[in-house]
Amino acid sequence: MSDNKHPIKKVNIICAKGNIEDIYAALVMGNGAVMEGIEANLFFTFFGMEGIVKKWMKKPHTAVIGNPGMRMPVLGSRMPTFLGIIPGLESLVSGMMRKQMDDLDVPPIDEFLDLYTAGGGKVYACKLAMDMFKLKEEDLTDHVSGILTVGEFYEIAGGEGSQIIFT
Amino acid sequence: MATKNYAGATVNVNEEGYFTDPSQWNKEIAIEIAKEEGIELTDQHFKVLELLRQKNDTGEALSIRGINKSGVIDVKTFYELFPGAPLKKATKIAGIPKPASCV
Repeated sequence: MSDNKHPIKKVNIICAKGNIEDIYAALVMGNGAVMEGIEANLFFTFFGMEGIVKKWMKKPHTAVIGNPGMRMPVLGSRMPTFLGIIPGLESLVSGMMRKQMDDLDVPPIDEFLDLYTAGGGKVYACKLAMDMFKLKEEDLTDHVSGILTVGEFYEIAGGEGSQIIFT
Repeated sequence: MATKNYAGATVNVNEEGYFTDPSQWNKEIAIEIAKEEGIELTDQHFKVLELLRQKNDTGEALSIRGINKSGVIDVKTFYELFPGAPLKKATKIAGIPKPASCV
């Protein structure tokens, strides 16, 4: 089933987008790695900062416009783009999505980061994104263990059996 | 189906070494499986094993979050007790099927 001669020993996951599904893809993969005993680094950058800024991480949103994968509840057909402009729809859909995940025992972002870091997973913020969005270290959740330049990211990502994943 | 011998008993296991019949498990067997995994079981380990077996009996899906919420143990200690792959190791030692959970 797996290639035992070359096991994955470390994953370095870059989260550059801020939709619910983008942040959770990074969290599920990072936490999944830690659960398997694989070293994990999560690197948040650009819109991915949504996942680690204290004020923003509580209620992540998904896109209701420009998202062909978005389907109507019950009906199952694609959601017409023009519906997306209805005020409050994005919040409603995002809230529903968060509720569905909670029902499946997928925790909210801050609790997910608790579990991930308790298992030894590391979280990093991107220096350039911090400057771009005018963020300070105190704006970030306590799970973050450092602010890195791209060069520093490559340094921590090094080693045999290490993989870089861009979600 | 494969079998294995632990503490003088023959048990049915799958190809990865997980029990296919949790009722064949006992504490002496757990101690021997744990040794294979390089773990010396303590009372705290047994508390976790019992929690996992209980959850398995009731058909509850096992997840790291569920263990954290159980009040029996926090996640950090769980990782310390079963270093490496905690949920996989703990379920193997607890004589229950491998968890099919992503979280």
